[in-house]
Amino acid sequence: MTYRLAVAVALLCGCLPPLAASAMPADEAARLLNRLGYGPAPGDIDRLATINRDDYFDQQLHPVPEPDRLRDRLAALSTTRRNASSLFAEYGPVLRKLAKADENAKREYREDIRRVVEEAESARLLRALYSPNQLQERLVDFWFNHFNVFDGKGIQGRLWVGPYEREAIRPYVFGHFRDLLGATAKHPAMLFYLDNWRSAADGFRPRGGPEKGKAIGLNENYAREVMELHTLGVDGGYTQHDVTELARILTGWTFDPRAMASGDSAAGFVFAERRHDHGSKLFLGQRFGDDSMAEGERALDLLARHPATAHHIAFELAQFFVAGAPPAALVDRVAAAFTKTDGDLRATVRSLITSPEFLDARASQFKTSYEFIVSSLRATDVETASLRPALGALRQMGQPLYGCATPDGWKNTQETRLNPGAMIQRINFATALGSGRLPALASALARVDFKSGADAGTMIQSAIDEDDRAADTRKPQPLDVAVLQRTLGLALSANTRETIAQAPAPLKAALVLGSPEFMRR
Amino acid sequence: MTMNRRALLQALGLAGTLGLLPLSRSGWAAIAPGAVTAPAPRLIVIMLRGAVDGLNVVVPYAEDNYYRLRESIAIAKPGQDGGALDLDGRFGLHPALSSLMPLWQSKQLAFVHAAGSPDPTRSHFDAQDYMESGTPGRKGTVDGWMNRLLGNLTPPHSAILDAVSLGPVLPRIFSGENTVANVPLGRAATRAIALDKPAVAAAFDRLYADAGDLGAAYREGRKSHEQILADLSSEPVSMESKVADNGAPPPQGFSLDAAQLATLIQRNPGLQLAFMQLGGWDTHVNQGGSQGQLANRLRPLAEGLVTLTTQLGPQLANTMIVVMSEFGRTAKQNGTGGTDHGHGNVMWLLGGRVNGGKVHGEWPGLDDSALNERRDLAVTTDFRSVLSTVCERHMGLKDAAMASVFPGLPAATSGVAQLIRS
Repeated sequence: MTYRLAVAVALLCGCLPPLAASAMPADEAARLLNRLGYGPAPGDIDRLATINRDDYFDQQLHPVPEPDRLRDRLAALSTTRRNASSLFAEYGPVLRKLAKADENAKREYREDIRRVVEEAESARLLRALYSPNQLQERLVDFWFNHFNVFDGKGIQGRLWVGPYEREAIRPYVFGHFRDLLGATAKHPAMLFYLDNWRSAADGFRPRGGPEKGKAIGLNENYAREVMELHTLGVDGGYTQHDVTELARILTGWTFDPRAMASGDSAAGFVFAERRHDHGSKLFLGQRFGDDSMAEGERALDLLARHPATAHHIAFELAQFFVAGAPPAALVDRVAAAFTKTDGDLRATVRSLITSPEFLDARASQFKTSYEFIVSSLRATDVETASLRPALGALRQMGQPLYGCATPDGWKNTQETRLNPGAMIQRINFATALGSGRLPALASALARVDFKSGADAGTMIQSAIDEDDRAADTRKPQPLDVAVLQRTLGLALSANTRETIAQAPAPLKAALVLGSPEFMRR
Repeated sequence: MTMNRRALLQALGLAGTLGLLPLSRSGWAAIAPGAVTAPAPRLIVIMLRGAVDGLNVVVPYAEDNYYRLRESIAIAKPGQDGGALDLDGRFGLHPALSSLMPLWQSKQLAFVHAAGSPDPTRSHFDAQDYMESGTPGRKGTVDGWMNRLLGNLTPPHSAILDAVSLGPVLPRIFSGENTVANVPLGRAATRAIALDKPAVAAAFDRLYADAGDLGAAYREGRKSHEQILADLSSEPVSMESKVADNGAPPPQGFSLDAAQLATLIQRNPGLQLAFMQLGGWDTHVNQGGSQGQLANRLRPLAEGLVTLTTQLGPQLANTMIVVMSEFGRTAKQNGTGGTDHGHGNVMWLLGGRVNGGKVHGEWPGLDDSALNERRDLAVTTDFRSVLSTVCERHMGLKDAAMASVFPGLPAATSGVAQLIRS
C-alpha cells in the first residue's frame, strides 16, 4: 500500500513540469488550445495568458453550461432533441407505405431523412466550433469513433446516429468506461449497426413479424467487435470460442421495432427472454449459468475491468492526443490511471493531458480532416448561414461526419489521412475561407431547396444568379492576415513567412490556413 | 462570369470542388496521349449497388418455375413480344440490354450465373461491405480487395493514375494503404480549383517546396489533378455532349462517366485498375418486365458499357470489365410487383480474354427444392472465385499475392474453369 502510494506520488510529480504560477506564454497557450481542443478562436490565447495551466485543465475536465450563442443555434435544430423511438415513429412505419407513393412523396421523405442527418451533423459541428468545453468535444469525437456506428446503414442508421451520440456517448466522456460501454451496447443504433438485435439462440423462431416462424440464429458481429475494437483489442487474448460464447450471452439484447414505431421511448433497448440462449457458457475462463440479462452485464463488467482493455483504451487515447506511435511509458501510465480508478475517464484523461509527452513541442500531429475544418473555422470566426460547405468538404476529403462504414472508425494515424487528394481539398477549403468566399457560398447553399426535386447544380446556379442580380452583392472580403496570425499564435517557418509576405494581399490569409504549420497541431 | 459566382458554382459536396477561376482549356492541349507500350492488363469493376435482379438480366427462360414465380414481371421467351434475346437456348438477355448483343456475338461478353457470397446476409450494407473487402463474414477487414490488388501488381504501380475511382468518395473496395486517384463524376471532373490559378499555385508550390511528407502529398495531388484535367478537358466536346444528351432516366450520366473513363485510359495506358458504381437497383415495387423501372435502368447501363468498349477500341483486348451486385433478388415476385432481397445473382464479364458468348457457372435451377431458403436463386459460384480467376488469369497475379488479395479463398469451382481463354 505504502509502496503503491509512493509510486503514485512519484508518477504524479514526474508527470507535471513545475507549475506555471501565472501567465502562460503564447506559444504554450497555442499548443494547449490545439491539443486539448480545436485550436484557438479569436481572443483565446489572450484569455489563457491570464490563468495558470492547472486551472485550465480543471476547467476543461469539468464542462460548463453552453453559452447562449451556441444554444440559440442548436435550438433551431429541432430533430436533435428527439430520441431514437420518436424519430423512428415518424419516419419508420411510413417507409412501407411510401413504396406505392408517387415520386414527389418519395422525394419529400428522402429530404426529411436527409435533414435529420444534417441537423445531427450541424449540432456536432456547432459544438466543436463554439463550445468552451473543447476537451469534451474532442472526446466526443474520439469516443464516437471508438464506438463507431454508420449513418449509411439503412434508415435506422440515418435516424439514430444523432440520438446515439447524444444518449450513449456524450453523457459519459467524463464518466466511467463501464457506463459508456453499457450505454453503447444497449443503444438501438449499435444494436442495429452490429446486428445484435437480430441475434438469437440457435433454433429460435419468431412468433410474429416479417420473419415469423423462420430460424434466425446466432449473430456474432457485435460480440466480436466489442472485444476486438471496444474493449480488449485484437491482441487482447480472446479466442473465437470466446466470441461465440459472448454472442450467446448477449442473445436477447435487442430493441422492439414495433414499440419504437409507436413512439415508446423505452423500446430502444429490451431484453427478449425468448431469444436468449439459456444454456451454460464458458467465457474468458469463467462459467456463466442461466441468468438471463444479468449474464450480459457480468460479461461487460469482465471486459471493462480486463487489463487488456485498460491498455487498449490508453493506447488509443495516447494515439489520438499525442502520436500515431505513442511512447510506451505514456501508455502504461494512462493505463495505470484507468485501472486504478476502475475506468474513471476523467482521471484517465487527466493523466494523459498532464503528461510531459502531451505538451512536448516536438510531438506534433497531422490534423484529421475534421480537426482541420473545425480549427480553420474557429480561427477565422466566420459566421456562415449554413454549415453545408464544411460538411461537404469533409465528404470530399473522404472522411464524412458519421460516414465511416466500418466498425473500427477512422484510424488515428497520419498515414491514413495524409493523402494527395485530401491535401488539395484542404488547400481549396483554406483558399475559399481565407479569400472571404465561404459566406457567400454558404448562403447560396443554405437556400438550396432539395425538396423541389430539381438538380442540385441547377438550384445552386440559380441561387448564385439571384445573388448576382441583387444590389447588395459584395465583393468577397479576404480575411485580415494580421488578425488571423494574432489569433493563432502559430510559429511559422521562415519560408512560410516569406511566402506570405510576398503573396498578393487577397491570398495571405489563405496561405496561413493552407500552410504546413496549420495542417498540424 | 464573376469570380464569386464561379466559386459558388463549385459548391462543396454538391457539385465538385471549390474553384476560383475558369479553367483554361488551351493550356493543356499540348499534352498528347502517351506512346502506347506493351499493354498492361487492366481491370474495371462496375458495382451495381442495391442488388440488381439477375434473374431478369440473364433470364432462365427454359425454367417453367421462372414463369410461375414471376407472373407479372417475367421476361417472355425469345421470339415473343418483348421477349428475352436468346443467348444459348437456356438463357436470354433482358431486351433493354439489346445494345450488348453485338459484344455477345463477338464473344467478348460472358456471364456467370448463380454467383454470389457464401455469407447469407440480406443487408445491402453488409453484403456490399463483404464484396468490397473480399472477405465475406468478416467485418474487421480494414482495406478493400482492389487496393490490395493494386499493392500486388507486377511490376509495381508507379504512376498517379494507375488506379482510379470515379465518384466523390473513395469506396470501400479501394480503401487501404495504396494511393488511388479519385476522379469526380461527370462535369465536376473538369471543374477548376483554386490551385489552377497560376498565382495561387505559385504561392502554394513555394509554401510546400520543403515541407517533408506534406510537401510530397501536395505535389502528388497537384500532379494528379492537372493530369485528370488535361486528359478530360481536351476530350472532344462533341463526344461529351453526345453521350450526355442521351439523358435517360437514372443511372443518369453513366455514359458520360464511362466516356471519361475511356478517355483517361486512352491518355494513360498504364491505368490498370478502375472502379465505378451505379445505384437504383433495389426494385421492391413495380419493377416492371421488358418495360418499366428495371428496363429503364438497364438501358443506360448497357449504353455506357457500349460507349466504354467502343472508345477503348483495341485496348479492350487487355481490359476486363466486371459488373457485379451485392446479392440477387427473390425468385418469386412480391405483392407489390417487385422483388425482395435474395441471394444468388449474375456477374457480367466483358473484354479481355474472357471466354465470351457463354453463360458460365453451375446452374442450380429454380425448382422450389433448389432455391436457397425456398425463395432465392442458390449460390453455386463464390463471387471471389470469379474475381480471383480474373486476377490470376487476366491480371497475372501469383499465388502468394492471391492469398493477400483474397485471404481464405475457397477452392475454385468448376463453374469458372472455362471463364478465361487460354
